Amino acid sequence: MKQRQVLQGNTIVAKAAIAAGCDFFAGYPITPSSEIAQFMSMEMPRLGYDFIQMEDEISSLGACIGASLAGKKAMTATSGPGFSLMQEHLGLAVMAEIPIVIVNVMRGGPSTGMPTKPSQSDIMQTRWGTHGDHPIIVVYPAFASQLFSETIRAFNLSEKFWNPVIILLDEVIAKAREDIALPRKKDLNIYWEKTKQIEDLNIYDREIGQNPPRVDFFKKYPIHIDSLEHDKHGWPTTDPKIVDKMQTLRMQKIYNYLDEIITHEEYYLDDAEIMVFSFGISARSSLAAVEMAREQGIKVGLFQALTIWPFPKLLLREKFKKIKKILVVEMNMGQTIYEIERTATDDVERQALLRANGVPFTPTEVLEAIKRFKK
Amino acid sequence: MRDYERYIRYRTFPTPWCPGCGDGIILKAIAMAFSELKIQPQDIVVVAGIGCSGRLPTFFNTNTLHTTHGRALTFATGIKLAKPDKTVVVISGDGDALAIGGNHLIHAARRNIGIKMILINNGIYGMTGGQVSPLTPQKFITETTPYGNIEPKFDTVNLLKASKASFVARETVNRPIPLKQVIKKSFQHKGFSVVEVISNCHINLGRKNNMKDPIAMSRWIADKTVTQAQFEKIPVQEQNTKYPVGIFVEDKERLEYTELYYKHIVPTTQAETIKANSTAKRQKK
Ligand SMILES: Cc1ncc(C[n+]2csc(CCOP(=O)(O)OP(=O)(O)O)c2C)c(N)n1
Repeated sequence: MKQRQVLQGNTIVAKAAIAAGCDFFAGYPITPSSEIAQFMSMEMPRLGYDFIQMEDEISSLGACIGASLAGKKAMTATSGPGFSLMQEHLGLAVMAEIPIVIVNVMRGGPSTGMPTKPSQSDIMQTRWGTHGDHPIIVVYPAFASQLFSETIRAFNLSEKFWNPVIILLDEVIAKAREDIALPRKKDLNIYWEKTKQIEDLNIYDREIGQNPPRVDFFKKYPIHIDSLEHDKHGWPTTDPKIVDKMQTLRMQKIYNYLDEIITHEEYYLDDAEIMVFSFGISARSSLAAVEMAREQGIKVGLFQALTIWPFPKLLLREKFKKIKKILVVEMNMGQTIYEIERTATDDVERQALLRANGVPFTPTEVLEAIKRFKK
Repeated sequence: MRDYERYIRYRTFPTPWCPGCGDGIILKAIAMAFSELKIQPQDIVVVAGIGCSGRLPTFFNTNTLHTTHGRALTFATGIKLAKPDKTVVVISGDGDALAIGGNHLIHAARRNIGIKMILINNGIYGMTGGQVSPLTPQKFITETTPYGNIEPKFDTVNLLKASKASFVARETVNRPIPLKQVIKKSFQHKGFSVVEVISNCHINLGRKNNMKDPIAMSRWIADKTVTQAQFEKIPVQEQNTKYPVGIFVEDKERLEYTELYYKHIVPTTQAETIKANSTAKRQKK
């Protein structure tokens, strides 16, 4: 039988990480994410796994990347200021194709901002924070059960695609204690690429679109991993032909598998005339608003993005064939609305409900916006 | 083929270093230390940051990792914690280790995590073309101190001592045999070790300071090299211009970080958990 418990959002994520096989955690305290590190500091040694509090977030991600290369499933957790510090190493994990999971419990920004208030304003930073062209996967759970399932999925995706995966959390969801039925171990679907013995030194040698195998240090062949652009051996190169190929490899390993990566939830969309697009805490208010609107006979539905990057463009375009009104609800001064602008055809009317003052939208506020939009 | 050549990845040659650079001597000294200690290449990982010195790992036929400027120690910390029985070596430049990476250096020393660090001190930012570093001697002309360096350099040994490092040594590229010996010794040390190697950058440092060839620079290094006994006799105000060599700290008693973690923390917490579980069971009955 599933066991029901009341757990804090941060704890659910930490528990899910361990269930996914996370056996290395390095971090640096920061509100509102510290409970994840605290939980890990208790649990990891009990399991014989690694926990270390590093001197900052740069070193936390560095240590995680090192551990991942040494065969561990590694995770770190932080918030805005720490996530800003991590950007250089995030880029390294993309460049060298190293699986890693980063939790960013967002808080009001910029700078020190509002440490104890929720905000959804790091969405663009997760996409473009590190320098250089790069693919990234970002998952964004909203409900307690999704905190668990999306954390598992984040590990699976990072293992499978050899790429960092970011879990975005809203402060209010990370801090709230909620009722949850944790799934049983045998019901979990954990992806763990058995370290293939690499047959030679060509660790990055593969065809475009192929998933890479996982490579670790300390196996039979001594390998080289580089933050510089590299060839199929991992050795530095600036040969334009090779660079072209490597860049394409890194992009296509993600973009050829969008169906597998992008997930969403939809509510009441079948006959909807208005679609609310939202995520995280805003999606929770939006769902309540949509249900209130339905009671009043308004044909409105909700598209809850669970994968925010890559952006669910194709899925949305499919919806836009029928639904001609979209309302974006996000706790920032306008971020995914611009992505919607790029996605929607000209005949689709768009509106955004935006706010970044640290107060989440209430369902009534979203309902008002739906009604205004309907007119 | 001599045995130490097993540790050299000839396939990635040529190196990017200028002719006469000290980095080659250090490459060989490290390879010889590996060979004499008979550590298997697959059991070693060499990690480096960014710089001329940062390019060393590419040329070791071991596991190698080229990371970000100043942060090699952070990756190495993760690797060492994940695989405590492996030999984890960090190679760093002086800017790498003491400017951008200074914080990681003092914390690695404080933790006493079993990473073996080779700190190549050429007194300059080599890779970026000769800007001042925290180890550039005072008054020296560099690309960013055209009127002479007014900042004093770090006293690496005392900085590390104050950070609780358990092994600190210094050698120079002028003395390859003692260099290899001290590197070997540092590799045998259990805790965090630093060997600072005084090296020559005649191109970026020497050229602007009347030492434009490797010979002139190695003469300068020889002139600055003193034993610790000689160093004690030098007036304090002149001490910062000299490089005493040898081993300054070797504390074999202090427990290494991963040893503490795996032999003390992990078993204790596990024992407590087992105890707590059995009490809980008994209470249920
Ligand atoms: C974050 C960051 N800042 C700056 C640089 C540019 N950079 C590359 S190497 C280097 C300094 C190298 O000097 P040092 O560490 O002394 O090593 P050397 O090249 O002399 O061996 C700098 C500043 C960088 N790569 N990354």
